[in-house]
Amino acid sequence: MRLPLRRADLRSDSVASVSLTGVVAASSQLLPAREQMAFTLGFHIVLASMGVAFPAITLIANYRGVRKGDAAALTLAQRWSKVMAVLFAVGAVTGTVLSFEFGLLWPELMRRYGEAFGIPFAIEGLFFFTEAIFIAIYIYGWKRLRPWPHFWTGVPIVIAGLGGALSVVSANSWMNQPAGFKTAADGHVTSVQPLDVVFNNAWSYEVPHMILAAYMVAGFLIASVYAVGMLRGRRDRYHRIGFLIPFTVACIATPVQLFVGDTAARAIAKDQPVKFASMEYVAKTQTNAPEWIGGIYHDGKVSLGVKIPGLDSFLVGFSTDTKVTGWNTVPAKDRPPSPTLLHLAFDAMVGIGSALLLLGVWLAFSWWRRRDIPQTVWFLRAGAIAGVLAVAALECGWIVTEVGRQPWTVYKLLRTEDAVTGAHGIWLTFAIVLVLYTALGVATVVALRLMARRWRERGDVEEPVPYGPPTGSGSAGA
Amino acid sequence: MRDVVAIQLWLGVTAYAVLGGADFGAGFWDLVAGGAARGARPRALIDRSITPVWEANHVWLIFVLVVLWTGFPQAFSAIFSTLFVPLTLAALGIVLRGAGFALRHVADRVEIQRVLGGAFAVASVLTPFFMGTVVGAVVSGRVPADGNGDRLTSWCNGMSIVVGLLFVATTAYLAATFLVADARRAGDAELERYFRRRAIGAGVVAGALAATGIVVLHEEARYVYDGLTSDGLPLVIVSVLSGLAALVILVRGNAFWARPFAVAAVVSVIWGWGVAQQPYLLPTSLTIDAAAAPHATLVALVVVLVAAVLIIAPALGLLFVLHQRSVLDEESPAAGAGVSD
Ligand code: HDD
Ligand code: HEM
Ligand code: HEM
Repeated sequence: MRLPLRRADLRSDSVASVSLTGVVAASSQLLPAREQMAFTLGFHIVLASMGVAFPAITLIANYRGVRKGDAAALTLAQRWSKVMAVLFAVGAVTGTVLSFEFGLLWPELMRRYGEAFGIPFAIEGLFFFTEAIFIAIYIYGWKRLRPWPHFWTGVPIVIAGLGGALSVVSANSWMNQPAGFKTAADGHVTSVQPLDVVFNNAWSYEVPHMILAAYMVAGFLIASVYAVGMLRGRRDRYHRIGFLIPFTVACIATPVQLFVGDTAARAIAKDQPVKFASMEYVAKTQTNAPEWIGGIYHDGKVSLGVKIPGLDSFLVGFSTDTKVTGWNTVPAKDRPPSPTLLHLAFDAMVGIGSALLLLGVWLAFSWWRRRDIPQTVWFLRAGAIAGVLAVAALECGWIVTEVGRQPWTVYKLLRTEDAVTGAHGIWLTFAIVLVLYTALGVATVVALRLMARRWRERGDVEEPVPYGPPTGSGSAGA
Repeated sequence: MRDVVAIQLWLGVTAYAVLGGADFGAGFWDLVAGGAARGARPRALIDRSITPVWEANHVWLIFVLVVLWTGFPQAFSAIFSTLFVPLTLAALGIVLRGAGFALRHVADRVEIQRVLGGAFAVASVLTPFFMGTVVGAVVSGRVPADGNGDRLTSWCNGMSIVVGLLFVATTAYLAATFLVADARRAGDAELERYFRRRAIGAGVVAGALAATGIVVLHEEARYVYDGLTSDGLPLVIVSVLSGLAALVILVRGNAFWARPFAVAAVVSVIWGWGVAQQPYLLPTSLTIDAAAAPHATLVALVVVLVAAVLIIAPALGLLFVLHQRSVLDEESPAAGAGVSD
């Protein structure tokens, strides 16, 4: 190492002493660190999904509004962009917390692999800038930009959302299928191939799967607001297209999503067989492996589940003779913690995906026959819970991916217990984060409801500047 | 290539300090603007001037983190494992600040606006303070290269406290000079005077803290002190002169020209610090060379930087221009300058 010689009078006492206390007791911090990471990620991902897909949905309404002179669509687009302003801010701050947590909770992950794992995030930075800049122009430019230029300022947001999702999820897929670097004998990374890092073995299904999930979550969630409105008797055109635009987007994404998910499952059977085995209750490597629907794994037995013989093998290799790897192929310490959690999360995701597919088929059928949404409250009731279900599928999918990767943070290279920080008191920070995020979640929902009520009661009047005197009249010139 | 990426890191730090710093400082002035009636007008100006831009400015922080953890992973890991406490508090502060700010726009009752605005304002002061303690710890060599340095004394010490306070004062100073210009553009002479007085006050305090900082550096961070008084000296002089020039201009009442000088004063300190501590990233335990990632990673980072210059810089410019021309104001056009598009 090259040391500078020009200033020799270094005072040794200015160098902090290394405290050894932290290094030893790392494992006691493992559980809270995992919980905190999972909780903050699970929170951010909902907002991130909205950030990825909401702008596109808004632009569709905006386009209709401007092109066809559809006043209701234009009002929707304007109001949605105000909702985006709130969600985007919460998404940005919770995303920042995640970035801090990489260092605060997993410093060893970053120290060992930052030079590879970090690359997708560097690319993501570009998309964040784009997104933050154009979202501001779009949201605040309604009044004074002309309609078409204003519309076009929204397009970069959509692209940035896709690009941002690509890069972040590629970082995650890298953790599942690390690639694109060489290490010395001591594990130290000596060279990196950036493109191989980003386009690793798992990105090609994880990235589209997540992007489609974002469109499903955003679409069903927004639509559910208007479904509730219609159930309460507000059946005007505004509510109809407020429901139809996002719902249609989500319904188009759903079948593609199931296809991609299926591809992902097969890829995992091959590349991360122990994760797959835990998802599917395959204790021993076997052919003719059964598919379990539901069920709890306990002491080598599955109870309360429905068993379909041979189906698992069939799904993996299109033949019941396909051999499926069981978790018995690795020692217990290399298996994920809870097959039951993984299996039920996986089932829930697949079940919800299938149910949402049926909902889309219902709409398509009714549209084909009568050019209208199904005239039964049951359809609207289903639409009203579809948003929450999509979020549940999203969270379940992430549980499968992340818990299923355990005990590895970087698959087969870095154990989670070796990645964790040496700092103490993570239970405390986790508790604080829980309280703060709960308040944040509640406040966000309350704020959105408040906005909705205000629009209902008073139309698009301006909100006063904080504490300030009322500002002029002004109405949204829809 | 290593030095190029180190410069890239410093560019990010600079951008964040100036742009993000001014947004934090605006929160400081929001905090001290007084009761609901008295503080209404300054708060309205503050709100208008940071609403469309704070998120874009905030991304510079992400940029810095990403360049640090990708380009110099060991330094990132060392800093975050040692300075666990202030960095956790800074992260929480960022949440409170951003969420408080965004949500108070929606709140309709004054009490609730006050709670949210309070969260925004208090967090705007505490967050730069904690970030300052982190910088103080790095500067004074309290972050060992292998990380896990003392989690308390690393940031509870004279150097960290002084730098923390300096950060708060500097953000307030920058914000006030920005707000003077914004008030002038809005044609509000009274607010212009209001923020001019505050800019002068904050400038004096920041200057005094900087001077104190030099003394503490002499005691606690000898390496950087020596660097600042040798290689970094020209930049220190530029900083002092710019700071003085900005003060003189403010006192004489010219709103627009104070801003570039105030910015120059801050920027030159940051680069002076960089020059003073090179070749170290963490004085005096980790050099830039030792911490740097393999070559291809650094190339990737520089490619990202080039893309940023080509794509992001014009976009950012567009945002600022639109903002300055009040195109992004939500108020009815009659109140503003009436720009068409
Ligand atoms: C709306 C949400 C949603 C829906 C309906 C589905 N998924 Fe999914 N799934 C996700 C949302 C999701 C996700 C976004 O939460 C995950 C987590 C990581 C990822 O890339 O996507 C995921 C992960 C994930 C994984 C694990 C990937 C890994 O470990 O790398 C598999 C095997 C599947 N999914 C399979 C499916 C199948 C077979 C589905 C339906 C038939 C399905 N998913 C529907
Ligand atoms: C699947 C995972 C993720 C997706 C799809 C995603 C997507 C997004 C999106 C779209 C935004 C913009 C803000 C918004 O619209 O609400 C955002 C913000 C952010 N995310 Fe995530 N994110 C994911 C996970 C992560 C992770 C793991 C990190 C941690 C490093 C992270 C860090 C950030 C940061 C720092 C921001 C703020 C950017 C800003 O200041 O504008 N995200 N994310
Ligand atoms: C796309 C970007 C993401 C990245 C880079 C990422 C990264 C990480 C890291 C570093 C850990 C800690 C180490 C480990 O436990 O292996 C972790 C754990 C975890 N993450 Fe993710 N994550 C991402 C997305 C998500 C999302 C969106 C969720 C949503 C719920 C999630 C759920 C979890 C869970 C549940 C754990 C804890 C697993 C366990 O310890 O059992 N992750 N993730």
